[in-house]
Amino acid sequence: MLNQLTLKQTLDQLDQKTVSLTDLYVDIKQAILNQDKKLNLYLSLNETVLKNPQKKKQKPLAGAPIAVKDNFCTQDMRTSAASKVLNNFVPSYESTVTKKLQQAGGVIIGKTNMDAWAHGSSTETSDFGRTLNPRNSDYLPGGSSGGSAAVVAADACIAAIGSETAGSIRQPASWCGCVGLKPTYGRVSRFGVIAMASSTDSPGPITKTVEDAAILLNHLAGKDPYDATTSAQPVPDYTQALNQPLKDLKIGVLYLDIEGLEKIKTQFKDQLQVFSDLGAKVEPAQALDPHYAIGVYTVIQRGEVSSNLARFDGIRYGHDRSHFGDEAKRRIMLGTFTLSKGYADQYYNLAQKVRTLFLQNFAKLFTKYDVLVSPTSPGFAKKVGVTQGAVMFGELEDMLLEPSSIAGLPGLSLPCYRNPKTNLYLGMNIVAPMWQEELIIKVADAFEKNTPWNSWRNHHEK
Amino acid sequence: MAKTTISPHQVKHVAQLANIPISKKEEQELTQAFTETLAVVNQLKSLKTKNVQPTHQVTGLENILRADKVDQEKMFTQEQALANASQTHQGYFVVPRIIEKQHA
Repeated sequence: MLNQLTLKQTLDQLDQKTVSLTDLYVDIKQAILNQDKKLNLYLSLNETVLKNPQKKKQKPLAGAPIAVKDNFCTQDMRTSAASKVLNNFVPSYESTVTKKLQQAGGVIIGKTNMDAWAHGSSTETSDFGRTLNPRNSDYLPGGSSGGSAAVVAADACIAAIGSETAGSIRQPASWCGCVGLKPTYGRVSRFGVIAMASSTDSPGPITKTVEDAAILLNHLAGKDPYDATTSAQPVPDYTQALNQPLKDLKIGVLYLDIEGLEKIKTQFKDQLQVFSDLGAKVEPAQALDPHYAIGVYTVIQRGEVSSNLARFDGIRYGHDRSHFGDEAKRRIMLGTFTLSKGYADQYYNLAQKVRTLFLQNFAKLFTKYDVLVSPTSPGFAKKVGVTQGAVMFGELEDMLLEPSSIAGLPGLSLPCYRNPKTNLYLGMNIVAPMWQEELIIKVADAFEKNTPWNSWRNHHEK
Repeated sequence: MAKTTISPHQVKHVAQLANIPISKKEEQELTQAFTETLAVVNQLKSLKTKNVQPTHQVTGLENILRADKVDQEKMFTQEQALANASQTHQGYFVVPRIIEKQHA
């Protein structure tokens, strides 16, 4: 069962020659074969590398099998963004993220399912059928990077890559009981990612442990000459933030009293005790009502979608605009409306002003607290079929994440509770000031190592 | 709270602007979806924003330019550029006619 190894264990054991790459790939292939049909995890598989594992001993990622969301362009490998418009699109170039992964010795074994164009929070709006949650297949995996979270939960890869605009890494990680890290906007390149909302899109890792996320971020982060919005901020070694003390750290707790969180409030609150035990100071913090972030995000995202998806005309690639699914049509058209003459000021500019209020609010909170924590999602994973006819489904599910997304802040979700009856998880979202991914990793790693909620630490670790 | 009412006629106009073909049934459904969504968005109007500057970019980077040099790495060959086109003709993309033929 080598597919159950974490990335760190994989790298260590390959290095010590206690496992062989060939055996690892045999188990990965078997895990895919056993589950893909039922759960609909991958949209395409790289059969060549699955059959003949590429030995990359000299490289840091040593040939580890990695799954990538299907909105990252991969040269000579179909990239559909789970949309029928692009069901025949084979990119002629490689996204920076996948290029960097490969240069570091990672091997892309397949492209994972997602909400079409990343427009959703369920992976139920994929044009190629929904993905099911590996923890309990009556439930959805969340989204839009639902396929990437599900392949990690199903041990059908060693680690995965997703992308987040407002919740699309952290929310599926939460619903599938994995770790999802959304870096600061501009920390990881967007070049070659099929654009959704360019002012918030952030690629990042979805992994089995916090340590694995730190390892992958080391290889993803940095300035990219092909993405002018990436920052020249130096990239630290994120693994240095592991196994650090939390003494005297100030943690502000957000959103526990808002409507809709009643059912999980106690379970979540109980988990905060460990921070106090480790010497941190934990107290409730007052933030701007996240309900306002729904409106801001909706207007900004729809507006940016309408311009980003204007390029799909079926001439240079893909099919014509009659092939868009219902959700994409809704979003493009609403964006066109809110940006149109007479409405831009009322909606778009207003949303950008409220975005400023969120930035100011976070700046104030970070004068008092080092990090902010809250539940990732207002609850556990939802049942299959729940998105039907719910036009604001994703926005409501992602409400607790939208404030940090529109502010460009880094955030990480990790498992903080498991319901023994349903086998479903709650996620904890940890947010820090810009470029302080290290701080988030430090807090998350300490939580993970001092609580029983990480399933790989519990069940698979020898 | 001010309610924004959207008419099917407006939806049809937006569909034209966005170049998205929609059916009569979709026109009705989208009218409903627009109204529902704008009701959420309208909540923003209750906040005081008169003296607030809008934020378009969160990291504060400005004037990021690249060198004015041809980057061969980033360039497609003609073959690559045409590889995904639905229709090509002698190395060109074929596009649909958008100007009506003149009738004599």
